[in-house]
Amino acid sequence: MKISRIVALIIVLIAASFFLVPLYATFQFSLQMLRGQWSLQAYRSVFSDPQFLSTLSYSAVASLAAIVISTLIIVPTTYWVRLKMPRVKPFMEFITLLPLIIPPIVIVFGYLRLYGSDSMLPLTVSTAGTNVMLVIGYATLSLPYVFRSVDNGMQTLDIRTLTEAAEILGASRATIIFRVILPNLRAAIVSGAFLTFSISFGEFVFASLLNRPAFGPYLVQIGQDRAYEPAALAVLSFALTWACMVLMQIFANAKPGTSARRRPAALFPFARRKTA
Amino acid sequence: MTVANDILSPPTPGGSARSAPAGLPGAQVPRRANWAWLGLLPFAFFAALFLILPIVYLVTGAFQTPDGAFTFDNLIALTGSAIAASYMLSIKLSLVSALFGAVAGLLLSWALVLGGLPRWVRGAFVTFSGVASNFAGIPLAFAFIATLGRLGIVTVLMRDVFGFNLYGAGFNLFSFWGLALTYLYFQLPLMVLIITPALDGLKNEWREAAESLGASHAQYWRMVALPVLAPSILGCFLLLFANAFGTLATVYALTGSQFDVVPIMLFAQIRGNVLYNPNLGYALALGMILIAGFSNILYLVLRSRAERWRA
Amino acid sequence: MSFLTITKASKSYGANTVVREFDLSVGKGEFISFLGPSGCGKTTVLRMIAGFETPSAGRITIDNRDVTLTAPNRRRIGMVFQAYALFPNMTVADNVAFGLKVAGADRATIDARVKEMLALIHLDHLAERYPYQMSGGQQQRVALARALAPKPQVLLLDEPLSALDAKIRVSLREEIRAIQKQLGITTVFVTHDQEEALSISDRIVVMNGGRADQIGTPFEIYNQPATRFVASFVGTLNLIDVTVVDPATGLVKIGEQTIALKDVLAASAGQTVTLALRPESGSILDGARGDTALTGEVVSSNFLGSVVRTRMRVGESLISFDMFNSPGFAPPALGERVTLRFSAADLLVIRD
Repeated sequence: MKISRIVALIIVLIAASFFLVPLYATFQFSLQMLRGQWSLQAYRSVFSDPQFLSTLSYSAVASLAAIVISTLIIVPTTYWVRLKMPRVKPFMEFITLLPLIIPPIVIVFGYLRLYGSDSMLPLTVSTAGTNVMLVIGYATLSLPYVFRSVDNGMQTLDIRTLTEAAEILGASRATIIFRVILPNLRAAIVSGAFLTFSISFGEFVFASLLNRPAFGPYLVQIGQDRAYEPAALAVLSFALTWACMVLMQIFANAKPGTSARRRPAALFPFARRKTA
Repeated sequence: MTVANDILSPPTPGGSARSAPAGLPGAQVPRRANWAWLGLLPFAFFAALFLILPIVYLVTGAFQTPDGAFTFDNLIALTGSAIAASYMLSIKLSLVSALFGAVAGLLLSWALVLGGLPRWVRGAFVTFSGVASNFAGIPLAFAFIATLGRLGIVTVLMRDVFGFNLYGAGFNLFSFWGLALTYLYFQLPLMVLIITPALDGLKNEWREAAESLGASHAQYWRMVALPVLAPSILGCFLLLFANAFGTLATVYALTGSQFDVVPIMLFAQIRGNVLYNPNLGYALALGMILIAGFSNILYLVLRSRAERWRA
Repeated sequence: MSFLTITKASKSYGANTVVREFDLSVGKGEFISFLGPSGCGKTTVLRMIAGFETPSAGRITIDNRDVTLTAPNRRRIGMVFQAYALFPNMTVADNVAFGLKVAGADRATIDARVKEMLALIHLDHLAERYPYQMSGGQQQRVALARALAPKPQVLLLDEPLSALDAKIRVSLREEIRAIQKQLGITTVFVTHDQEEALSISDRIVVMNGGRADQIGTPFEIYNQPATRFVASFVGTLNLIDVTVVDPATGLVKIGEQTIALKDVLAASAGQTVTLALRPESGSILDGARGDTALTGEVVSSNFLGSVVRTRMRVGESLISFDMFNSPGFAPPALGERVTLRFSAADLLVIRD
């Protein structure tokens, strides 16, 4: 017993240093821009770069738009499937898993060929069209997370009973959706949204191949041109990812009756499926 | 099954929203047309246009000549030296990083779940893993450059304080092993997140039953615990493999286009048709779909098997 | 001749003492039940016998060998758990073979023993099934066979029936008892279900607050409960507070009625003592026998099928009594005054 505990302690300490040393080193590195002194010069340099703010806000807007689109697609469909067509659910689960199974570069490759200049829907020829394409791409990438989060939320809510209860009380279908289901799902939707945001604000492959002025390609550019700013950007990105995850967990736990055990489920791909 | 026009028609008194299950013989209710599938249209439309069709387009393209005739030439060309080498490199890197991630993640999860450490340690690691498994891509590359690059903090510290020259000893962050180490930063936490529930699923009674039957600690692990965990471990390994196989941004930010893993090659092909044959590009994508799809689907199969045991 | 002996065993977790100075000796081949509510320490004692818990003080011996500090895997104990705990990766046959395999028995011995064990639990035909393919009752029988296969010295059963349906629970408990008798194996059975304990055991240990309140045969435990706790936990019991009128002749008063006990009371006149009366001890039918009678007003009457349970008020006390259903006997009406006749010998004086 004692020995296993010592071994466990050693493993945990090694893992902790593997996780923390790069973070600390990056932070220290980001403070060394001015020779011989600690300074926030690298951060000052980052924030004074107009491209930083413009690419970051471009990515933020694209991510938010993607979240709106995937929520609009997923929430009504998931509700409908749970209520009316439970047999379709495994099919929907599989479809929403696809963006995790197929590498993103393959998906965007398909977009470029399918919606190129000689296509029926030539999205990638105009700037506006390409912007739409990027948002659609991010929405596609977010399907697994948004679906799982919303589906888990509906599972805990037991929307079928809730709907029936509302129907017996005389509520119309619209009333049920907007007054009963959506308010109760808000936490699930928001928690899926933060996860989506954290993976798409720094996304590189789609943005780069669609040639959009997004944060990911900007990061690569800085990485090639500068020495200390990338470290500062890595620190900022980590902080942003952390904030998204913390917010996501807070919202994932905001629902009454949600056990803490479920918490990590929404975080990782292929979250454990709960069957009714 | 209910019909979609519920929404349009006012509720009739006494008429419940749900009628008898469809296909039930002898139901007296007159059969109404089933319009419920209409509710699926927006999702189905989106999935078809932006998920299924692009993949189908690439897959069919892989079997066509530039003129549109059916051919296996593109797939055969995949075995050509440059492309085959690229696949080998990708597979090797993914295998190594998945192996290290799986072993290290399993050890860490064991320490967290069964190591007898305070509860908060586990909570801290799981929360951190949630963040770290999503902290991939370019910022991760930057962090490792700042740590283990030629002028990285750790590299410099080793040289100035311990007199040990990492790069002189053969280490290079921008090489195979450097990439494998960098991948470990998101592979390890991913493994922790998905294997911890499996370790939680090891019932204390199994260990006690084995002990009361005379088994030693080692026998319990060899004959019960590891076989019970095996599908989960193998499944997680496959997921880690697929995860590494599709990684592009981290490699690109570390090594540019020099380290020729498959995603990098496909990236270059999409940008500049470096293979001088668009259909060969489709075949390259098909190969990725097959490898990633195969390991992911096997992961799902193994996971369902593991869950069946746990019931 | 005692086979399993527990001497002054105690177990504390920090300041919390779960088992206090527990003494017990179990004869070879005896079936002993630990009965008590959850948290009474019965499972802890069982786990100390198994070796999963080390006593804070005291000794445990099996067959004259001190095993207090012996590791569980060297005690030759068979254990059956509440949640079956079958190894999910192994077939039924492999589960049963496990103990023999780790002991290094040869293939032929293992096969023969597995066959024998599966025949014992009547599951020969399921040898190649996996646990998840079987019902709870079948799994628990396999768990029993697995525990018995290596011929343990002592069999420990930790609430093995609690997770099962009521019907299976009864049939499996009969099966367990039959197998135990057939093999003559010393067995300790933990349960919180008094009916289970009464029906299956040679002796019962009623536990309360980490101590044994009473150790005795089911008959003794039921008919002569030693403490108020035992009396109330085992079976249903009316507890009636009475005022002593004359200790020497055993005269006591309930409300306005006076009855005579058989015994001399160890209390002085005017004191209150508690009497216990089983609901099945009396009858209100005309011509019922019994030297003692109490008259009261019916406050409730429940038809339970084979039995009619009636409650009446006598002075300050409520007394329940059960009578077998009979088509010729209608349950008494609310408010009706009835007279319950019983033998004074059935009244127990309870000490706290």
